[in-house]
Amino acid sequence: MSENNVLLDVKNLRLSFFTPGGEVQSLRDVSFQLREGEVLGIVGESGSGKSVSAFSIMKLTPYPGKVIGGSIEFNGHTITELSEKEMRKIRGNEVSIIFQDPMTSLNPVYTIGNQICEVILLHTDANKAQAKKRAIELLTLVGINEPEKRLKQYPHELSGGMRQRVMIAIALACEPKLLIADEPTTALDVTIQAQILELMMELKEKIGMSIIMITHDLGVVSTMCDKIAVMYGGKIVEYGTADDIFYHSKHEYTKGLLKSIPRLDAVEHEKLVPIEGTPVDVMNPPAGCPFAPRCNSCMKICLRQMPEYTDISDTHYSACWLIQKEAFEGGN
Amino acid sequence: MEKLLEIQNLKQYFPVASGLFKKKYVKAVDDVSFYINKGETLGLVGESGCGKTTTGRTILRLYEPTSGTIIYDGKDITHVNMLPYRQKMQIVFQDPYASLNPRMKVGDIIGEPIDIHKLASSKKDRDDKIIEMLERVGLNSEHANRYPHEFSGGQRQRIGIARALAIDPEFIVCDEPVSALDVSIQAQVVNMFEELQEQMGLTYLFIAHDLSIVKHISDRIGVMYLGKLVELADSNEITFHSLHPYTKSLISAIPIPDPNTAKEKKRIVLEGDVPSPLNPPSGCHFRTRCPYATEQCACEVPEFKEVEKGHYVACHNLDKIN
Repeated sequence: MSENNVLLDVKNLRLSFFTPGGEVQSLRDVSFQLREGEVLGIVGESGSGKSVSAFSIMKLTPYPGKVIGGSIEFNGHTITELSEKEMRKIRGNEVSIIFQDPMTSLNPVYTIGNQICEVILLHTDANKAQAKKRAIELLTLVGINEPEKRLKQYPHELSGGMRQRVMIAIALACEPKLLIADEPTTALDVTIQAQILELMMELKEKIGMSIIMITHDLGVVSTMCDKIAVMYGGKIVEYGTADDIFYHSKHEYTKGLLKSIPRLDAVEHEKLVPIEGTPVDVMNPPAGCPFAPRCNSCMKICLRQMPEYTDISDTHYSACWLIQKEAFEGGN
Repeated sequence: MEKLLEIQNLKQYFPVASGLFKKKYVKAVDDVSFYINKGETLGLVGESGCGKTTTGRTILRLYEPTSGTIIYDGKDITHVNMLPYRQKMQIVFQDPYASLNPRMKVGDIIGEPIDIHKLASSKKDRDDKIIEMLERVGLNSEHANRYPHEFSGGQRQRIGIARALAIDPEFIVCDEPVSALDVSIQAQVVNMFEELQEQMGLTYLFIAHDLSIVKHISDRIGVMYLGKLVELADSNEITFHSLHPYTKSLISAIPIPDPNTAKEKKRIVLEGDVPSPLNPPSGCHFRTRCPYATEQCACEVPEFKEVEKGHYVACHNLDKIN
């Protein structure tokens, strides 16, 4: 693959929620890059920080969350230093987001048309008639029939899959460079999920945007993504191409995750290998590797110190002491 | 093999708000028949609103069936007092956050069914039973004095399972028991269900929307669409040789966690949405989304019949499709 320009560069991002109960470190030194036209999948369990990292790119971190270190460079802007006013020009224009729950992310008291036109009127010079024309184009683009009629309808008149299509239409109104999809299909049924994923890939080709796909479903990332970041306890523990992660995974968490999901295409009944223990306590994260308490190959150093990233190939890196140990014993 | 549970032509209609003279019904379960053998796991899959949960609950008579027969262990239990049967038939609910009383200690949650069925001879006997149950699901005795909010989702689901097992049942309805849990925790709970089945000889009705998990745990799988069972067969048969067009598309829509397989896999993307159960299409409910639909499908309800040994399908155009 030819190397496209870097569109998004997140460096050492640290983000905490300051709750009455104490500081919750949601993101601890998260760094990743996204190139133009790429699809990046971020996988992890609830509380791993995958949604928070996406929200921080949009500067939508909910109170009492606060970025306390690191930087986000996007398309020539330093997002972390922008004011709210400047950010508004970028949000919905150069980068947009689709949320998990299409039932609650549309405003119930405005018509579909109203909500699509709002974005267009805000970010372009179009007048009302032009915006309406564009809205019809967009609805057709996302595969909604009778777009003129739909413009006058309210969200409650549409099904879940249709609403998610409307959300995508709104997100794409200004042909953004980057689309962030936060579990876009989790609330939908599988046959509808297939429709939405198909649509997103089609539109990606048409518009030429990049996508960040946040999900806990490894099946979804394997079908959609070029690059995958695996998050655990507020850190990216492994990053690589889909092949790197699925066939050459190095981190114990990634390996465990892959072994713990049943495969539909398995002929023989194989016992699942679960990851024992419970997810990280975000209030008191372990000093060392966040996965150490659940890891089968945990060593003394894992509990004390966070491992550095080790490059496994040009596209693949992981943070695990075992890899360092192997490299050391291999005489390198 | 011996049938433990059989349901025949089960119907469950719920009345919905209506005009003065006309009553409307949602046909949540519409003429469903199947049986479960002793010691077996029957999986029930389908999209939201297809009636799989309602079927599970109606079998336990948590809802009174509109019509149809439920036969448990050779006896018709459609109209009998359920109390003696509750000891044999239990349920594990989907949401571990909502299905445990937040004001009760875990020990009392598990002890409640023991009290109701008067299975403990003394307080010590009761406590021993509770501790045995906790240990069986991978928790320990000190957990009995804590409240549900002190536990994580996976642990709460274990408590729900311990409660269902406390009175030594024969049959358990597992209603989406893992869908609220994280991927890495799902495997723990699924494995536990399998181990408990081996140890205690349990029979499961396993309801879920995630076909990969249902396939993993079930011996046979039934697929539901809009209140009707459309296909039922051995779990490998369903996954690799499904006959009904809905099952085919459902299976093809599931993303496989393997990039190479995913690239080769051909997806049958269904057009449109699931129609409203208030106003289902005439004839075959699936015909509005079916690529093979004919006129016959619009006027005649296809019969649910055995086409191969143990493989039941409801479709008019099997010859044409396969």
